Amino acid sequence: MELGTQLLQYLLSGLSTGAIYALIGIGYSIIYNATGIINFAQGEFVMLGGMLTLFLMGVLQLPLWAAIPLAVLLATLAGLAFERLAIRPLRKASPISLVIITIGGSILIRGLAMLIWGKDTHSLPAFSGDEPIMLAGATILPQHLWILGITVVLIVLNRWFFNHTISGKAMRACSYNPRAAGLVGIDVRRMVLLSFVISAAMGALAGIIVAPLTMTSYDVGVMLGLKGFCAAIIGGMSSGLPTVIGGLILGVLESLGAGLISSGYKDAIAFVILLLILFLRPQGLFGKPESERV
Amino acid sequence: MKKFVTFCSLVTMLLCSASMALAASGTIKIGGLFSVTGPASFLGEPEKKTLELLVADLNAKGGINGQKLEAVIYDTAGDATKAVQLATKLIRNDKVVAIIGPSTTGESMAVLALTEKEKIPLVSCAAGIKITEPAKDRKFTFKTPANDHVAAEKNLNYMAKQKQKNLALLTVTDGFGASGREQLKTLAAQKGFNIVADETYGPKDTDMTPQLTKIRGSKADAIICWGTNPGPAIITKNVKQLGIKMPVYMSHGVASKKYIELASAAAAEGVMLPAGKLAIYDMLAKNDPQQKLLREYDAAYRKAYGVEASTFGGYAYDAFLLVTNAIKAKGATTAQIRDGLEQTKKLVSVSGIFNMSATDHNGLDLSAFEMVRVTKGDWAILK
Repeated sequence: MELGTQLLQYLLSGLSTGAIYALIGIGYSIIYNATGIINFAQGEFVMLGGMLTLFLMGVLQLPLWAAIPLAVLLATLAGLAFERLAIRPLRKASPISLVIITIGGSILIRGLAMLIWGKDTHSLPAFSGDEPIMLAGATILPQHLWILGITVVLIVLNRWFFNHTISGKAMRACSYNPRAAGLVGIDVRRMVLLSFVISAAMGALAGIIVAPLTMTSYDVGVMLGLKGFCAAIIGGMSSGLPTVIGGLILGVLESLGAGLISSGYKDAIAFVILLLILFLRPQGLFGKPESERV
Repeated sequence: MKKFVTFCSLVTMLLCSASMALAASGTIKIGGLFSVTGPASFLGEPEKKTLELLVADLNAKGGINGQKLEAVIYDTAGDATKAVQLATKLIRNDKVVAIIGPSTTGESMAVLALTEKEKIPLVSCAAGIKITEPAKDRKFTFKTPANDHVAAEKNLNYMAKQKQKNLALLTVTDGFGASGREQLKTLAAQKGFNIVADETYGPKDTDMTPQLTKIRGSKADAIICWGTNPGPAIITKNVKQLGIKMPVYMSHGVASKKYIELASAAAAEGVMLPAGKLAIYDMLAKNDPQQKLLREYDAAYRKAYGVEASTFGGYAYDAFLLVTNAIKAKGATTAQIRDGLEQTKKLVSVSGIFNMSATDHNGLDLSAFEMVRVTKGDWAILK
């Protein structure tokens, strides 16, 4: 096959993987911006989304379209409980302690999932069949279109929420200066809770839409969470377009690296980018040194 | 008074003989080291359950040579350091005469250094070829899973028959994949195959289309993938997505229905692999010597635990059968068990028919596997 088609295939594969990273990455940024902590349990909400959907379909015999919203709701409740039980009681602790608590939380959630659902890998049915779609010699699956579509919808919703609603604006205010936000009457604690709720819901939704492609198991959140974190770092922890572009760049570079250089270096590519960004442009690829964070 | 002394001596004699009788009918203790929790729990859990099932069954039938068997099982959590500590405990405190396990190659390599020194027979449930080689340094070490190169050779022999000369490798970057890749490359060179693509993927990777796109661009006649779930299932789906028409071969690591379920029957259609006989016992020829044993094992396992028996549990089954067979044949001291293990001949078990020798402490050959092809969501044996 000629190089052109191959390149197109690498690009398409990279974009669809990148969209997944982007969705997960935004979850990190939202919490980071509201609280200043990095929630390493984000990957577990991705896992919860997929596993809860399977559970609801298997045990309660719900159809896919009913299981998805219910799974997102349950994962969101888990995010809410996580904030109330693990983060809020220690609000006075330093960010580094809170970050460590989120790591502990992620291990706990993963352990519980393993006990409840076992260690097997499961596969979710694709939303609309799995007949590949041809595109100038390269192929993608209908599920990839779902992923790209849902990512776009979520980004638009996110943008609207942060720029045009009172709650969104209040959350931005908290990210600039929590103390000042508190003084003008914004309930900062409520905004922190809200940030966990939104991230858990987005993580869970990401987990559900990728499950037909990537399969799901109790430990699927680890690697996906880490890649999502890379995407957020490239995007400078912005909860908007930069993180999405960060995710897409990561996906495409991984795919091109695996295809053109060697698949052995695939993960190395992601982490080398992460290190380079952290060393050279800690504010992210697109950020000005004193950038707006939300 | 005289009567009293006589009575006392009689009682003493009785007591002595009673305690001697007790020693003769005492229990034989064997140890089990399995990674029941941790990353290799998919191996350790069925192994532990199988061993418990078999010990209970044996004791219910009266034990070995009139003696009861007791299994002391510890969980290594997949940690080599912990495995060595627990092996020491088994030898020093529990005074076991043989150890079954550990579940992984890394743990087995660590434990065998100790058991060789202590002269305790070890029957490992891990596949790495280094566990039993070089044979001269492995006097007390045996293992039950067939060597990776046996499965690799089974695949290559079939490819040679189909005149597929140019191979594309796609292997996972963990111990299993790395060992498979090494064996495949060595064997392919010996048998005159060309390797035209040599790609790898990470055990947690979620999309292998880049590697497969590269393979599609090569001039390969067949793709051979070496990994355990879920990677191969994702690859199978990716192959279908890319519309690749090359025949796909897998390792024995995915020879369970779970693989077909994950990859979906439609995508897995036509994939070929060497399967251990447990996965396909109901399709074997009526006169297959293993069939009865496999059927009974699966039925007993289902009855006790409600799930089908797995190849991994089978490794513990083999080890148990080898050890008890050696005790029956030779006796229950560590040296006798070692000799008995090494002289095992034509022992029909789950993984195959074992024929041990001083130079082969695994005892399985190509007949341990059957080439199968996925057909309509089930296996079909290839001739």
